[in-house]
Amino acid sequence: MGTLFFVLVLNFFLFRILPGDPERTLTRLQRVSPSTVDEVKRELGLDRPLPVQFFDYLGDTARGELGISYVFSRPVSEVIGNALWPTILLVGVATIGATVIGTLIGIWGAWRRGSPVDTASLGFGLVTYAMPEFWLGMLLILGFAVSLDWFPTSFMSTPGLTDASAGLLLVDTLEHLFLPALTLVLALLGEYALIMRSSVIEAMNEDYVKTARAKGMREALVLRKHVVPNALLPVVTLAALNLGFIVSGAITVETVFSWPGLGQLTFRAINGGPDYPLLQGLFLLFSVVVIFANLAADLLLGLLDPRIGRA
Amino acid sequence: MSAQVTPEATRSGRAVRRARRVQAFKSSARLFAGNKMGVAGMAILVMFVFMAVFADALAPEARLSVTNAPGSPLEPPSAQFWLGTDELGRSVLDLVIQGSQISLLVGFLATAISMLIGALVGIMAGYFGGWADVILMRLTDWFLVIPFLPLAIVLAAILGRSLFVIALVIGLTTWPATARVVRAQVLTLKERPYVERARALGAGDRQIITRHILPNVFPLIFANTILVVAIAILTETTLSFLGLGDPFSVSWGSILESAFAEGAISLGAWWYLVPPGLCIVLVVLGFTMCGYAFDEILDPRLRKR
Repeated sequence: MGTLFFVLVLNFFLFRILPGDPERTLTRLQRVSPSTVDEVKRELGLDRPLPVQFFDYLGDTARGELGISYVFSRPVSEVIGNALWPTILLVGVATIGATVIGTLIGIWGAWRRGSPVDTASLGFGLVTYAMPEFWLGMLLILGFAVSLDWFPTSFMSTPGLTDASAGLLLVDTLEHLFLPALTLVLALLGEYALIMRSSVIEAMNEDYVKTARAKGMREALVLRKHVVPNALLPVVTLAALNLGFIVSGAITVETVFSWPGLGQLTFRAINGGPDYPLLQGLFLLFSVVVIFANLAADLLLGLLDPRIGRA
Repeated sequence: MSAQVTPEATRSGRAVRRARRVQAFKSSARLFAGNKMGVAGMAILVMFVFMAVFADALAPEARLSVTNAPGSPLEPPSAQFWLGTDELGRSVLDLVIQGSQISLLVGFLATAISMLIGALVGIMAGYFGGWADVILMRLTDWFLVIPFLPLAIVLAAILGRSLFVIALVIGLTTWPATARVVRAQVLTLKERPYVERARALGAGDRQIITRHILPNVFPLIFANTILVVAIAILTETTLSFLGLGDPFSVSWGSILESAFAEGAISLGAWWYLVPPGLCIVLVVLGFTMCGYAFDEILDPRLRKR
């Protein structure tokens, strides 16, 4: 919870102290008299002492009042709320895809260490780590959407397709989802595979695995019953921890695919001014998601691993 | 060790220390040379550093003039323009070569800032302990949890668009991991007998930190540096792509930004998109491979795996 407080303090001071005065930003474009500036200041509560302003800010934030976006001229909370679901859909699908596929590759790699599959997956992980996600996305668009025309290049649905049947709309959304989700899955896959691989290798050397083998248990069964369940623990933590980072990693990918989520919103906030209230709101949201993902990871691990105990 | 002509006792302390470090460096270098991954990574890096250093000779800036570009817009690769041209008719090859300078410069500068903060915080927290440790580590933990890309975006948006700001922002958001590692090392170092001896002989904190602690955490800081450079270059690319880069200089990220903004994707202008991205991948890969190699040298348990 200390972290949450730190984020709030950071958010408050970064945007209040650094960018010049907010009222100067507001009145930048018009010629204004000093008395108008004073009035604006009073209206915004900027004439009051900083600690009072800070408590006002805390209260506003708690009530979900995050100010008005410059770009959209609507409340920040509303703008962010509209962009929330597309990001949750994209990030959710990508996380599930990357975790499942990455875990399977990791298990295979650890089981057949040094095999071509293992070496290839290690190399693949290294290369995707070195790759900016948005560049991978651009390449996929270039290949599958422009050259081959298999998938649409951008947006979440085909413009004008509103009165079609629910089934058709679903297919349309899935078609649009495929490439951005694939980009994120490919970008994340390597990390999961790597973690799962080393986790399985570690678990294979445990005493209980040797015992199982000594009992004459078949190798595949040992793997399924003893090794994998234990090796999965770090991956669960990683998946929860990564969630927040994936949300922020989706910023560039959403931009490339014009996916109408939080990432594209961030891009528009940067290039629209910058739109400070919107950026402030987005930063707060991203941080809060990460903080709660951390908490969830701890709780989840406590449930899954009896050794950690429920103190 | 081979027979030494001068007995150690008769040489000055400084000469002994230097000889030992040269020896340690030589044995590390030998281990590194035997590491295929490290050598390959180093070869890639040497190539790109060469490219960056001689960028002005390889791709004179005059050829990058916006008003007097040598080719026509978005030409595909040809004998004259090996990698085609951009929307202004400038050679993409020239842009990529010039971009290497900025991308590497920002990467190194950001890493230097990150290392400085990380090492300082880590040493202070580990060496002095007590309240300094509690406060500094709390701060480090907070910075570790906050998603660093959004923080970098916010800082860059507030501080303005320049090369130094980009480097500063990356430095300010990547130091916590280094601070953690350095602190852990300092905690064990300060209990070593030679530190106790130095203190018994009347050495002050400053003397102990600069003479005994710093030289011993340096290899660790160095190994961390390599991985941070990779992260810094990737972050610079991302920030430039999002429109937070220095508008007056060409980096690989800014090339990708203009390629995207000019619709290179829908025009199928692959020669404008692929080269800068490929350079980023190669450089980051080079740093990561070197990083793994150094990790193995510094941590013998990792060898033969």
